Amino acid sequence: MSSTLFLIQLLNGAQYGVLLFLIAAGLTLVFGVMGFINLAHGVQYMIGAYLTFMYFGVTGNFLTALLLGLVTALCLGLALEALVFRHLYDRDHLDQVLATFGIILFVNEAVKVIWGPGTLTLPAPEFLSASLQLTDNLLYPVYRLALIVVGVLVAAGLYLVVTRTRVGMLIRAGASNADMVSALGINIRRLFMIVFGFGAMLAGFAGALAAPVFTLEPGMGDNLLIVAFVVIIIGGIGSIRGAFIAAILVGLIDTLGRSLATDAMNLIFDASAANQIGPSIASMLIYIFMAAVLFFRPQGLFPAKGSA
Amino acid sequence: MKKLACALGALLMATGMASAEDLKIGLVVTLSGPPAVLGKQIEDGFKLAIDDKDGKLGGLDTELFVVDSELKPDVALTRVKGLLERDQVDFVVGTVFSNVLGAIFKPVTRSETFLISPNAGPSTLAGRNCNPYFFSTSYQNNQNFETLGKHAKEQGIKSVFMMTPNYQAGRDAVEGFKKYYDGEITNEVYTPLGHQDFSAEIAQMSDSGAEALFTFMPGGMGVRFVKQFRESGLADKMTFLSAFTVDEATLPAQKEAALGFFGATNWAPSMDLPQSKKFVADFEAKYGYIPGGFAMQAYDAALLIDSAVRAVGGDLSDKEALRKALEAADFESLRGDFAFNNNHFPIQDFYLLRVDQRDDGKFWTVVDKKVFDDHTDSFAAECKM
Repeated sequence: MSSTLFLIQLLNGAQYGVLLFLIAAGLTLVFGVMGFINLAHGVQYMIGAYLTFMYFGVTGNFLTALLLGLVTALCLGLALEALVFRHLYDRDHLDQVLATFGIILFVNEAVKVIWGPGTLTLPAPEFLSASLQLTDNLLYPVYRLALIVVGVLVAAGLYLVVTRTRVGMLIRAGASNADMVSALGINIRRLFMIVFGFGAMLAGFAGALAAPVFTLEPGMGDNLLIVAFVVIIIGGIGSIRGAFIAAILVGLIDTLGRSLATDAMNLIFDASAANQIGPSIASMLIYIFMAAVLFFRPQGLFPAKGSA
Repeated sequence: MKKLACALGALLMATGMASAEDLKIGLVVTLSGPPAVLGKQIEDGFKLAIDDKDGKLGGLDTELFVVDSELKPDVALTRVKGLLERDQVDFVVGTVFSNVLGAIFKPVTRSETFLISPNAGPSTLAGRNCNPYFFSTSYQNNQNFETLGKHAKEQGIKSVFMMTPNYQAGRDAVEGFKKYYDGEITNEVYTPLGHQDFSAEIAQMSDSGAEALFTFMPGGMGVRFVKQFRESGLADKMTFLSAFTVDEATLPAQKEAALGFFGATNWAPSMDLPQSKKFVADFEAKYGYIPGGFAMQAYDAALLIDSAVRAVGGDLSDKEALRKALEAADFESLRGDFAFNNNHFPIQDFYLLRVDQRDDGKFWTVVDKKVFDDHTDSFAAECKM
């Protein structure tokens, strides 16, 4: 593998990582602060993408569509919280898994009924539609670079909110001891609602940004949700910093693994065996990494301070 | 009074006879999840054929039972048993996917009900597990890939980068292509099923220096990949050879990103045959989208049943005669030449297709050139029938 290709793959890995972070950020907050397993997070990612698609059809402007999509995603998130999730906070994890899994089935079907089962595409905004000449024959869409920038900005913003503001302080306090926060006169239920609505909006944001690259289809968030769980487990549940670093690591490992595994296996086995084993190893790498992290640091790489 | 009783009796007999002579067909397709697009094409194509025959295939009142396989072999199996035992269907038409076909194959053929596949064509059913009760109006899966391999060889393409999903059909695609292509293969890349971001693979392609790309990325994967491949600028440097990747099911989403890309199969909606033109026009008028090969093969399956039932004069009890009538394939296929091989798979032509834009702005595939004339699949020799 040439060094140019290696650098390009680093860039690709970072970009995938940033996207994973946008999905994982909301998930880690909800899981970390509320101790709530939200399998429907992937569905909220999908909703964000489809809403933006819908508004784009109406307004013809990506940014307006994104904004309207976010507001609607937030409202839907709050509605879901009031209708379903609120009643599950005190139940055990199995109940939460069952209920949120039900939501996955329901919303996936609903999306299919409304927008049809086929794959839809959303164009990138005009001002980001250019491409950079990366090598002699490879172009790199500016939109993907913008994705990295936006992801880093969101990470920085979230980090500041959680560590430097009063709401962030309450979130951290709620994460370590919800009962005590409640006893001190803070409306913990309302705090949970805000965190949840915000998490849903973040997932929707990720979906909307990913749509021009990854296209839209019913169930589009389901696979990414699994990877997002891997990310928050590696990063330490509830930790924004951990989620960011873990997302980048997972993005890099996955991308480099996919392009290197077969070549690496070629050194050991003959070509046909390498072609069998390489891709399988590549798709296992992030899980092997997660297992290793769990073995040496069961709390994740950067556990949120004070959480049990 | 006696006359009236007689008439009443005759009437009763007539209605009783009529219901016994109804033709019942079970259609097993995938109508859930993203692949529902393909199942819908098959359902619409089949229904159009029934309508064209005024609701009577082979002159019998035709009742169609559509069931959704959900792309789950166990679900398909349960529902097919319902079709066989409760509805007592005379024919089962299905499926979209080979794994679902594998699940329903034994129960249907064992009950001595004819099974007609409008799409799935796994190698085992064409070869050693061929069955007197199984017919295909599509192709053996490998044939589309073989068409591309032969084309690449004829074009003198020196090197090819191969990328398919990491599952059986993806591996079969690579084998099918290699059967006719003997040039250099720079990489063989297998992605996870449902892959999202192809940027790593595209970077490898740009680095490989290969002259052409061979890929098989069905459904949403194909939409994502074609879009990302076009954005990478590689479309101008590499020839894009594919099967099941740029077709009428995915083109509405791919649009100009797929323009000029190559596919391969046994038919294109733009084909210049009177029966095909009429079919495409009627189909678009009725369902509002351009039919792909899936719809065509379903329509042909209905025509096949029509011809066979007509040939035996509506007598469905003589299975041997019905089989002979099916084997004769005495109908005008939308794709032109059509005959059954010893393994009940079609002997037909295969074409290289190119994505083109119609005058009304919609995208479809057109025939670029004929690659195989009266092509038989590679497994027929293994079939002892």
